[in-house]
Order: sequence, then C-alpha cells, then structure tokens
Amino acid sequence: MFWDWNYVWEIMPQLLRASVVTIEATLLGFLLAAVLGLVLAILRMSKTSWISVPTAAVVEFIRSTPVLIQIFFIYFVFPEFGIVLPAMVAGVIALGLHYGAYCSEVYRAGLENVPRGQWEASTALNLSPYITFRDIIIPQAIPPIVPALGNYLVALFKETPLLSAIAVLELMQTAKILGSQSFRYIEPITLVGAFFLVMSLVAAALIRQVETWLNRSLRNPGGDR
Amino acid sequence: MQLRSLTICAIVFFTAGLAVASFAGFREFIPGLLQGALITIQITIGGCILAVIMALVAAIAKMYGPWPLRWLAIAYIEVFRGTSALVQLFWLFFVLPHFGILLEPLTVAIAALGLNVGAYGAEVVRGAVAAVPRGQWEASVALNMPRNLALRRIILPQAFIAMIPPWGNLFIELLKATALVSLITISDLTFKAQQMNQTTFRTVEIFTIVLIMYLAISILITVGMRALETVAARGMARGR
Repeated sequence: MFWDWNYVWEIMPQLLRASVVTIEATLLGFLLAAVLGLVLAILRMSKTSWISVPTAAVVEFIRSTPVLIQIFFIYFVFPEFGIVLPAMVAGVIALGLHYGAYCSEVYRAGLENVPRGQWEASTALNLSPYITFRDIIIPQAIPPIVPALGNYLVALFKETPLLSAIAVLELMQTAKILGSQSFRYIEPITLVGAFFLVMSLVAAALIRQVETWLNRSLRNPGGDR
Repeated sequence: MQLRSLTICAIVFFTAGLAVASFAGFREFIPGLLQGALITIQITIGGCILAVIMALVAAIAKMYGPWPLRWLAIAYIEVFRGTSALVQLFWLFFVLPHFGILLEPLTVAIAALGLNVGAYGAEVVRGAVAAVPRGQWEASVALNMPRNLALRRIILPQAFIAMIPPWGNLFIELLKATALVSLITISDLTFKAQQMNQTTFRTVEIFTIVLIMYLAISILITVGMRALETVAARGMARGR
C-alpha cells in the first residue's frame, strides 16, 4: 500500500533522465565556482585596499544571503537590465557565484600557506607576477585544498534541487511533477532523497580516498617539492 | 580584519540598497516584507533550538551510547547530511501526510531545518568534545566522578566554548536555508518577495531589499555569537 514497486519502475526512466540535468548543473556550477573562487581569492589578497576591501565585502555578502534569493535575483532581476537568461543558465550562474564565494576562502587559505620564500625566490629569479602565480604558487597552493573543494562540490550538488524553484526540470522538479500527476508523492520524493544520499556518500568516500592519496604524495613528494 | 570587512560590507550594502530603494519609493513594500521577516526569524529561532538539541543528543549517543543508539545516531547524521535540505523539507511536507501525519507547514519547516542543521551540528559537538584534553577525563575519574556527571559538569562546559564559532556559522546556514520554506507555502520573507514581485513587477527593489534584510539578520547572528563567545570565555583564558 505504502510503497508501490510498479510505480517506481514506471517513473524510473524519467527520474534518471532528470538526474542527468542535476549532474550537469552540478558540474557546470562547480566549474564556474572553481574559477570564480580563484579570481575572488586573488583579488581579495590584493595589496591595494580599494580592490581587496570591496571584494571582501562582496564575498561576505554572497556568503551570508540565501542561494534561493540569489537564484531569483539572477533569474528575475537581470531581465530588467536586458539580460534574459534561460532558467538553467541563471541557476548555474547563481550556484557558481554562491559557491565561488565559499571556494574563494578555501583558495585563500591555500595561497596563504605557500611559504613567503617562494615569492621571494620568484622575485629573485625575475619572474613576472603572472608567471609566478601560474607556475610557482598555484601548483603548490591547489593540491592541499582539493579535499576542501571536494566538500563544496558535494554541498553544491545538494543545493541543485533549488533550481526547481525557477522551473528547471532537474530531479526535484521532475519528482514534484510526477507526484502532482499521480498524487503519489512517497515514491518520487523518497527516490530523489535516496539518490542524493547515495551520491553524496560515494562522493564523500572518494574525497577521503583523494585526501589520503594527497597526504601520502605530499609527504613523500618524490623530490619535486 | 574580519570585523572590519564585515562592518564595511554592512555599510556599503546598506547604503547601496537604500539608494536603490529610496528613489524607487520602497515604502509600500516594507510592511509586507517585515511581516515575512518576522516569520523567517521565528523559523530561524525554532530551528536553531531544535538543531542544538538534536546535535547534542546525536553526538552524545554516537560517542557514548550503547550500540543501537549509536547506530541510530550515525544513521540520522548520515541521512540528514547526505540529502539536501529541500528534499528533506518536501519529504516531510508531501510524504508524511500519506502516513496519516498531518503537520502545520510551520512545524514542518522548523522540524526539517532543525533536523538538517542538527546533523551538521552533531559533528561540531563531537569535534569539540573530542578536543577537550584527556587529562580532564582522567582527573574526573581520579575524583571518583561517574561518567555522565563528568560529561555534564567537566567536559561539556569546556567543549561549549569551542563550539560557539562553528555554531555561529551553522545558524547562518540555517537562516539561509529558511528561504526554502517559501516553497512549502509559508509566507516568509522570500515568499512575500515573490508574491509582491508577481503583483507589482518591481523586481529590482524588492529583491535588493530582501537580500539586505537577510544580510542584516545574519550580521545580527554573527554579532550575537561573538558576544556570547566573549561572555562564555570569561574566566576560561587562564585555565587553558
């Protein structure tokens, strides 16, 4: 009575198709977040205070307001300025922006952990700031923070159901539509929950794996560090 | 630095928002939005209280409970951390009625958010309790204290101070998550904004004001937790 397996198999193909959209949104959003986070981190660490202070303010602002409102803001407010975005794009941008702000803090921690001597040596070798960043600092700053970034990837993945609020046909929205068609909410919503649970447990296990692997390779660097 | 950037941030966005709003005649929106903000604050407070209780219970059950309780706590923590808040909210809202449990939307909101944040909080509590030096346990044993008395009088009060900053972050997470309850028909701040947006189409002003209101509440939480931290840490500094 409570749980109808026939109905489960009936809705499974639709839910699987929707889960592809969820994963797409996750990956695109995280790509944006990873790039944007690095940019924000570098801007925030700038020596000129008229760059670093506004950046810090923007990051704090994004971090302390709800993603849902940011999604609405990008979806509803941007068209007022003539930028009409499809729901999916607006959602991905909002998620990327929000998690970019979080990631920027992670990057900042990574960048600050690179010893000062590395900067000084680069100056001594007459490397330009851009080359220094690209070839010296970033390769040393990124590996230690990969697990932290991974945690934000999982967090972003778990925020994608919010896109249902602007009618992106991802997993949650599909489940809701299926529920409203058949008046059976138990199966679709429980399946969505199970999907998220399994995916994030798998992701957490992967992150732990990467973490131990990184710890080992950072401690025995094979002479290159 | 943190406090300075916070203050600058508050000032910049408050004035910017006020500037945008003032030449757009924002007065008509304020009463409705304030009503919504009140609901948001109610849910935040209710959720925070539930989250703290759940976190303490789950963490202590996970660390010291007999195995059925321990497994229950682990299952609770993993399930609520592993699925998204919105899915939990919808599950409680749409699925529970099928089992004959009819709850008010407001109760569902507080329960879902409190349980969700409580699961994260359980790990915070566990970390803080584990961080209390072993010597404190040994001293309690030496003084012939029963284990739960030692936990209550010696360990938890010390762990409490270490817990405050991460709890501040979690409370802000909870505040941000309250925006989700607009999707289960509760007329919180986000819901009111949506509603007004659909009737007046003054999108820019409404959403800017709403963002600033959320920012104001979260700054309030930050300031409150800082104050609590200084109060709680009084007299602790020497002992550590």
